[in-house]
Amino acid sequence: MYSLKFDENVCATCPSPDCLLKCQYMEFAKNEAHEEMMKVVKGEDSRVLQGCLTCYACEEYCRRGNHPFYLISERREAKGIYTAPRPITNQWINMTQMQGKQMVGTIKDKALSSCLIADLGRMASGEIFKDVASAIVFGAEFMCPAVHTHFAKMSVIKERLPMVMENFKKLGVKEVICLHDECYGTYTSIAPAYGMEVPFKPIYYMDFLLARLKELKDKIKPLNIKAAYQRPCSNRLIPDKHHLAKEILDIIGVELPDREYQDENCLCCADLLRSISGYRLANDVQQRNIDDMLKVGAEYCVFNCPACQSTLSEKVTPKGLKPIHIINLCKMAIGEKGGAVR
Amino acid sequence: MSDILKSLIEILGERGVSNAPEELWFYSRDPGILAPHLPDYVVAPKTTEQVQKVVQLANREKIPIVPMGNGMALTGLVIPLKGGIVMDMKRMDKILEVNEKARYAVVEGGTSQGVLKAYLQDHYPHLRHSLPDAPPAATIAANVALHGQGRLTQQYGFNSDMVTGLEVVLPTGDICRIGSPSLGPYWFSKGPTLPDLSGLFLGWLGTTGIFTKVGLKLYPNKKIREVELFVTDRVELVPEIIYKLTHLEMLEDLNVWFQPKPLMFKDNYHITIYFTGDTEEEIEFKRKMIWDALQVFIDTKDGGFMGVQVMKEQLLEMPQRSVAEFADVPRGGGFEYSGPITLIEHFPQYAAKVLELAAKHDILYASTARIISGGHAMMFSISFAFNRADPAMMNRVKIALEEATEFALEMGGIPWKPNFMEQKRTLEKMDPNTRKLLRMVKKNLDPQGIMNPGNWEVN
Repeated sequence: MYSLKFDENVCATCPSPDCLLKCQYMEFAKNEAHEEMMKVVKGEDSRVLQGCLTCYACEEYCRRGNHPFYLISERREAKGIYTAPRPITNQWINMTQMQGKQMVGTIKDKALSSCLIADLGRMASGEIFKDVASAIVFGAEFMCPAVHTHFAKMSVIKERLPMVMENFKKLGVKEVICLHDECYGTYTSIAPAYGMEVPFKPIYYMDFLLARLKELKDKIKPLNIKAAYQRPCSNRLIPDKHHLAKEILDIIGVELPDREYQDENCLCCADLLRSISGYRLANDVQQRNIDDMLKVGAEYCVFNCPACQSTLSEKVTPKGLKPIHIINLCKMAIGEKGGAVR
Repeated sequence: MSDILKSLIEILGERGVSNAPEELWFYSRDPGILAPHLPDYVVAPKTTEQVQKVVQLANREKIPIVPMGNGMALTGLVIPLKGGIVMDMKRMDKILEVNEKARYAVVEGGTSQGVLKAYLQDHYPHLRHSLPDAPPAATIAANVALHGQGRLTQQYGFNSDMVTGLEVVLPTGDICRIGSPSLGPYWFSKGPTLPDLSGLFLGWLGTTGIFTKVGLKLYPNKKIREVELFVTDRVELVPEIIYKLTHLEMLEDLNVWFQPKPLMFKDNYHITIYFTGDTEEEIEFKRKMIWDALQVFIDTKDGGFMGVQVMKEQLLEMPQRSVAEFADVPRGGGFEYSGPITLIEHFPQYAAKVLELAAKHDILYASTARIISGGHAMMFSISFAFNRADPAMMNRVKIALEEATEFALEMGGIPWKPNFMEQKRTLEKMDPNTRKLLRMVKKNLDPQGIMNPGNWEVN
């Protein structure tokens, strides 16, 4: 069984425990943050284990690459602590089981992964994806199991991720374009953290998008709109890729006015906060986020993650914000219609 | 040509009568598991007077007569168990009146749920009726005749509680109006303050008369419908969850369901919570109340709300097509259920019975309970899917359903739309004096025993 590569000394000598100090959902004094994190490191009880809402942000806040979030999840599982209610946790484990219902396109040396999110497959079409759309793969067999970190079920990840990677290996692919941040984050953050070898080169879809937009620059008609970008939790696993969304939006003429809840300070879409904590916190987070988008005059709410879009669309629409996935926005910029996201 | 056929043609015209084998075949069965039985004639009246004349003929000649809506009950209630005439009411499909301010409609005895729904949407969009989760072709009269339920049952009781008056052709051929229409032109009350005679017909499954007109309550149709889905894996918590939700007094509908497939539903009990509002503020207020009511279960990690965005369209569909989809899981499109009315506190025992029967008989289950009247009772459906091309599977389902009814009666439940065998069991268990009273009613109303014989046979 794989185990988390975690260096206790890195935490013990940490000059600034940003992992907890910057947490948007729990408050700590500086000394307390360090003490609580050390309790987690040592496997002792800590209020972090009860209070963490699994926003993934501490993975980004830790500048020393020590994976505090994965550790918190490991400790929770070891102590039998559920983050979300047990039936919700088990529902996710059940619904993401491999059942032999995968869909595999025409694969050569490259695959386009839509994870277990059919909407992503539907969006990956048109001029931008013309050379790779036929290489689509979809299904639990190709689903990165990162979602189970939300439920502190690292054992599920450790069990399933090698199988997923083996399934890709069997396809004989050298590269996998990941249409979901969670997938790319899994192969570039979770897998190495657990010492798993990834048998292909993961390509982040925004790298792919940016390259394609540069190739298609003559077709781009700037959209000249103002938008707010909803950064997803899984982008916290790959913070070095965060700049890509801004670059892409800039190329297609989308202005991102500065707002309070952006970049490191971005807020969760609150889908899982609902399950974990209940109405009040989730509603508060969503309200603050949407008010912030409106305050800067955004017309569009741009999504990277279909789950965020599914959660927030019906909240932002009545407020006059148009929800749209970044892929569809790129399509709009080259004169194509976007695919639907439910 | 027989004298009876001639007489029927005289009453209804040639297009209103048939004894063609293919027609008789069609009218000999329903979509459930009971064996078919051929009628001798099928008639399709267009007026109350035609109904009356056919009933008079049947009474005179002692011919069984089976009134039929769309035949969707699944429990063989319109299978002509003793032959005779099947009276298909679907040509009597007019909406006679909508009293907007008093919120009621008067419809003919063959008017379908879908027709009334569409009519209200077009002409009175702020009014609705309690739509059952049956196909839209199911008729309003048949639904109230078997104490059906619908989308508003959680708020207002059985659909038969929403009847505001009846016009009935009695087995002797007399035409009788029940409730306020017996005194004047208005259809606002089926009983009070008169003796409530609707009880002589509602729930009798067409054995005491034929409904030619039905008055039905209508209710406000709010602009927004919303849904939340709460899940728990602890069946013993379901009654308490329902108690907390019904205490809110603000829900449109409340269903509890569990099924093994697809895998996302495995091992959990799902509580679908419907609520309505005219503004976003009203909806959000209700949503918050609902969440707060169940916060204790979130805190203990025993229950939580699912994200419903992807399923919302399906959940809000009226009527829901998911039942038909379930029927086809084992292929062959068969589906039947036993749906006793029972106490909500018995949910855990009923749920255990479903699992036991499914395992014992190797059949696919799904179960949905609908809360009735703010939590006084529930309809608990013990549902099994089967392949119509697999007689062995059908037989296993039949035995499982018989055992389910037996269990429901042991638990003090009341079988809903029972088939003739379940009726027999129910009558056997019934207090003898109650049975005697039923017999008196039936004998007096239908002295020749011609109305849907084989059903509610108290003798």
